[in-house]
Amino acid sequence: MDSPLVITSSPHLHCGMTTRGVMLDVLIALSPAAAASVLLFGWRSAAVIVVCVAACLAAEYLSRIVLKRPQTAGDLSAVVTGVLLAFNLPASIPLWQAVIGGAAAIVVAKQMFGGLGQNFVNPALVGRIVMMASFPDAMNNWITPLQGSAADAVTSATPLAVLSQGGSMNYSMSELLVGIRPGCLGETCALALILGGLYLIARRVISPIIPLVYIGTVFIMTWLLGQNPLVHILSGGLMLGAIFMATDYTTSPINKAGKIVFAVGCGLLTVLIRVFGSLPEGVSFAIVIMNILVPLIERATRPLPFGEKRRLRNEQ
Amino acid sequence: MDIKEWLSNRTRGGVHAPHRKNTAQCETVIMPPPERIILAMTQHIGAPCTPVVKVGDTVEVGQVVADSDKPVSAPIHSGVSGKVVSMTELLLPGGMKTAAMVIESDGEQRIHPSVKPPVVENYDDFIKAVRASGLVGLGGAGFPAHIKLHPRSLDDIDTVIVNAAECEPYITSDYRECIENSWDIISGVQTVMEFLDTARVIIAVERNKPAAIAELSNIAAGVSKSGREVIVKSLPARYPQGAEKVLIKACTGRRVPTGKLPSDVGCLVMNVASIAFISRYLKTGMPLVDKRITVDGSAIARPKNIRVIIGTPIKDVISFCGGTKFKTRKLLMGGPMMGLALMDDELPILKQNNAILAFAEEDVRLTEPSTCIRCGRCVDSCPMNLVPPWIAAAYQNGDAAAMEKLGVMTCMECGCCSFSCPASRQIVQTMRMAKGEVRKAHTPKTAEKEPAKEKTAVNK
Repeated sequence: MDSPLVITSSPHLHCGMTTRGVMLDVLIALSPAAAASVLLFGWRSAAVIVVCVAACLAAEYLSRIVLKRPQTAGDLSAVVTGVLLAFNLPASIPLWQAVIGGAAAIVVAKQMFGGLGQNFVNPALVGRIVMMASFPDAMNNWITPLQGSAADAVTSATPLAVLSQGGSMNYSMSELLVGIRPGCLGETCALALILGGLYLIARRVISPIIPLVYIGTVFIMTWLLGQNPLVHILSGGLMLGAIFMATDYTTSPINKAGKIVFAVGCGLLTVLIRVFGSLPEGVSFAIVIMNILVPLIERATRPLPFGEKRRLRNEQ
Repeated sequence: MDIKEWLSNRTRGGVHAPHRKNTAQCETVIMPPPERIILAMTQHIGAPCTPVVKVGDTVEVGQVVADSDKPVSAPIHSGVSGKVVSMTELLLPGGMKTAAMVIESDGEQRIHPSVKPPVVENYDDFIKAVRASGLVGLGGAGFPAHIKLHPRSLDDIDTVIVNAAECEPYITSDYRECIENSWDIISGVQTVMEFLDTARVIIAVERNKPAAIAELSNIAAGVSKSGREVIVKSLPARYPQGAEKVLIKACTGRRVPTGKLPSDVGCLVMNVASIAFISRYLKTGMPLVDKRITVDGSAIARPKNIRVIIGTPIKDVISFCGGTKFKTRKLLMGGPMMGLALMDDELPILKQNNAILAFAEEDVRLTEPSTCIRCGRCVDSCPMNLVPPWIAAAYQNGDAAAMEKLGVMTCMECGCCSFSCPASRQIVQTMRMAKGEVRKAHTPKTAEKEPAKEKTAVNK
């Protein structure tokens, strides 16, 4: 042999998927909702998305340099975080505040814990929670959709805020489905989010377990509590949270049983916060709380290797 | 198939590996004897053989040239007539060193007088004959067949499964066996049924081989009778369908418990080429001196199925297949999912080989692994229901007890996890090292270090 042969461990075939490819699939799945946000809230939402993505990418790039770690900005995971953060903000948010949210998401929640795959809470949700604590007024300034120019934007309360103050709903089901209601810029168009979710399931990027169980739990719980379950699943950030945030690989259980427990927990906490808490919306906090419980859930739901029998704890 | 059977027999995990059965229509070509053969003294799981002929001796086709008095071993026969010219040492692809005998062929292929049909009247004769034939598991595992056919709980065996799944990409040698030697297979099945007194034989074939299924079903229907049932079962074409535990579950719904053998659930699994060989051996008495292999891969000029004499150097095999059309960058013994990468082409064909694959530069994938994103593809694809990232974390922590508790010893290294990992992590390699750590933890420190007994019985 004139050239040395390559020796590697089996298997010698690969499916061809890469981390970047996975992130690209998520971005493709997010694009219908991004388009819907521009249609509903105008150019301002495009600006928020661009600024969030730029802030997250810059934060990722600079953190890796400061931390003297291999550069990972190219894996697109920071872009996904940026888009998700933007989706969780009102379209009227001052852009400098969005930059701070993006930096908090990447630096505090992600890079300080070791970067991709190491964070224990969803970075975009941490960004949102930091902003809710820091800029409560701007974060609760909901502009009414379909007004054309955003310069003289009219603001109104979100459906969930109306509900939690005991008001009656003045949005029809079809309006909720296409997103003609005030809210965070990426969360309102349920149709576009479901479309993205179906794409992710079809591409096997996510398993349908978490979205279905999460939304199902909210539906059943609100129905049992005498609320209108359809309004609850189509309002607030539930679709966005259940399809794109709770399914985050790093911060959700890796095993099937764990995913079910995690999603039920998300659903229960969401309903508890919405119906009994002082906040109108609870998706972010529900997911973040369940994120923190993931190691415990995984330990409690350890799958049994093929051919082993479940033993009682004291036998182990 | 009814719902109940579907529920009990379904298997988890696996991957849709590309089939690439390019040589499925290539009828087996007989490769003429090479100038010299190199016979490794270890061509099976178990004790190595020691030569029974000396350098300078003349040997003939079918003559025993090496044997062992250890129970788990199998004799080695010469596939050529000629002279033993030297003893050498080989570094097998698994990393094990073994002695090897070099025999120069005189080109006459004289048959040794010991080659005559064995007299087999009862089960003991049958086992003796199988041992004398030198047969080992031809699917890739290389476990001596006379040991496999003689399980401790012989009376409990109610099902023999003939493994013709051939789930590894590229390899078509078992498929050609089904098409070309279907009668040998069925006659082997009848022999095994009779001597082991089993009621049921299931011939398992993946669904992507309809011609083999049709051919075998046709003959099997004619030989089935009450109390002696031969079933041809078509299984989903999903890698690793041919892995022993997966196959048993898919055929019978039974789960082989961790650390136990198929015989503990009443099953015996044999490769289809092994079964066909048994029937030929009983008719002719010609021991295992040659076998069918698939030669393929992007670098091979004319991919083929060939019948080759065991011990033929790989480079002779490749030149028989038209040489290489591109420079070989990776040379595999076995399939691309579980095969071993070779360091050079001087190594000989072993008994348990079923394919030689040579790949050109563009098919050699060298990627730096990136960080685990916890996507769970390895978990979803694991046929043994393991969670590789947890085992990898335990390995990182050097916690052998945790690795064992997480079931790493159940891992059969099928490669589904690494195949589907978007971060290109070397998961199988980590599992192998973790298994090594668990074995080390079990070895008493004072005891002599024995080489770990490998048993990864995935038939291709």
